[in-house]
Amino acid sequence: MAVVAFVVFSLLYLTPGDPAAILAGDAATDDDIRRIRAKLGLDEPFFVRFGGWVWALLHGDLGTSIFTNLPVTHLIGQRIEPTVALTLCTLLISVAIAVPLGVIAAAKVGTWVDRAVMAFSVLGFSVPVFVLAYVLIGTFSISLDWLPVQGYRPLREGVWQWFRHLVLPSTALGTVYIALIARITRASMLDVLAQDYVRTAQAKGLSSRAVLLGHALKNAAVPIVTIIGIGIALLIGGAIVTETVFAIPGIGRLTVDAILRRDYPIIQGVILLFSGAYVLVNLAVDMSYMYFDPRIRY
Amino acid sequence: MTAIAIDALPKSESPTWRRFRESFRRHPTAIAGGIVLLLMILIAIFAPWLGSVDPQAVTPIRRLKPPSAEFWFGSDMLGRDVYSRVLYGARVSLTVGIAVALLSTLIGLAIGLVTGFVRWLDAIVMRIMDGLMSIPPVLLAIALMALTRASVENVIAAITLAEVPRVVRLVRSLVLTLRDQPYVEAAVAAGTTLPRILLRHILPNTMAPLLVQATYVCASAMITEAILSFIGAGTPPNIPSWGNIMAEARSLFQIAGYLILFPGIFLSLTVLAVNLLGDGMRDALDPRLARRM
Repeated sequence: MAVVAFVVFSLLYLTPGDPAAILAGDAATDDDIRRIRAKLGLDEPFFVRFGGWVWALLHGDLGTSIFTNLPVTHLIGQRIEPTVALTLCTLLISVAIAVPLGVIAAAKVGTWVDRAVMAFSVLGFSVPVFVLAYVLIGTFSISLDWLPVQGYRPLREGVWQWFRHLVLPSTALGTVYIALIARITRASMLDVLAQDYVRTAQAKGLSSRAVLLGHALKNAAVPIVTIIGIGIALLIGGAIVTETVFAIPGIGRLTVDAILRRDYPIIQGVILLFSGAYVLVNLAVDMSYMYFDPRIRY
Repeated sequence: MTAIAIDALPKSESPTWRRFRESFRRHPTAIAGGIVLLLMILIAIFAPWLGSVDPQAVTPIRRLKPPSAEFWFGSDMLGRDVYSRVLYGARVSLTVGIAVALLSTLIGLAIGLVTGFVRWLDAIVMRIMDGLMSIPPVLLAIALMALTRASVENVIAAITLAEVPRVVRLVRSLVLTLRDQPYVEAAVAAGTTLPRILLRHILPNTMAPLLVQATYVCASAMITEAILSFIGAGTPPNIPSWGNIMAEARSLFQIAGYLILFPGIFLSLTVLAVNLLGDGMRDALDPRLARRM
């Protein structure tokens, strides 16, 4: 995490592009720009700025947006609900679809079911999130008029409205993720199904369902949860795009706006937040290994 | 990925390549992918001679015309010919994809080879890579692009930096297993110098898995480029790329869906082609894996 913080900060420090100049506008003199830079502390040496930033960070302060003059934590707090709703919803739906898909494909390896799942998986990898998003909007919102085109409704305005607005974004965002998880699930299940203990279970007359779910799936779980954790990176990157397409006022939109204005503190804050979430999820995944495979101890 | 790649190590050189060709013939999807990719490359090279006009030429009276005999893919909000823009857009996507695949493989190979063999460097470099890897790659590329001038070179640099850690990981894990092979120990015992061991004994055996990895990097780089351009942090608007054609059509998609449809189809097809090619190569290099994936 410390490395992440350092990398994030130095990246943003080392790259060219002067927010003071942008903030001052076209009519500003060099003197104006210098004054703004001094006010924002942008003229201090690297380590002084880095030290100050880390100190504030440890106090839960991500700095103040250069543009709107509001604290970054406040801005993120305002926008976090739609993003959390979108990613969690996508995560749950994806896992609920992908794992059974992978299990069925592995159980019926070589048949058309298997081939269909694999074809879907390659396609899912290849169609970019926003292309899929527009196809979905075009079909379900414009042609069929079943679902809203864009926008977001907070949960407190009713579960049904909230859900209706999340269906398409989650589907668009989740497809790559489903493709990835289904593929790994199938591979991992095939590995496990070739083991002796699976044959033993079949030989003692257990139903194929019990063998698949009770014996095989749990033993195949470690690679599956690993890829679920790693795949969060896809979700985070995709969420930024999805929010742009569907006009969802979440952190992704905040990021895109901040990029266009070179609002460094917001960009730093968002990257740190996302990376932090990513690291934490993967830590949780590492912990879950102990449940799935009791031989693993920390 | 890593564990899979280790399995993919060829046992010896010549049978591998024969097997490679044979299995390739048995994989029609990979062949199809190869053909589509070749077509796209030809389109990119010969874009000016394929019935296209200047992709930047503005004809204000013919704005937002749907596809017709004159504008095969329609015209955009400035009256530019979408067909020409999509053809020229192939140049950006393929350049970015191939350049990122080459650069990140070379850089990752160099770093991975050295860190796999030099213990004290290993700890330092891998911590840095872990740090970079804990930032989702698209996010890292976005951050880098946000801070530099929008240009194709910067897009390539940003995506390369985001992809390198994964290549380093792969190469390092390969080197770590190869290092303990008897033939490498023999070379060490015979007093072979380190650069020679790396180049002559280790490097050739990392090639096959790296080739497969490079195709996947290429596919993901093309998608990342489109994402960057789409959110306005990628290829500058004066160079048509599939991502920024779609970005400009963002607010218009309800009245002019074709503006998004055509570049979207081209992009998806190309990425699909590269992925199929990659899958084909992976199966060809490791038949044992072919059954599973």
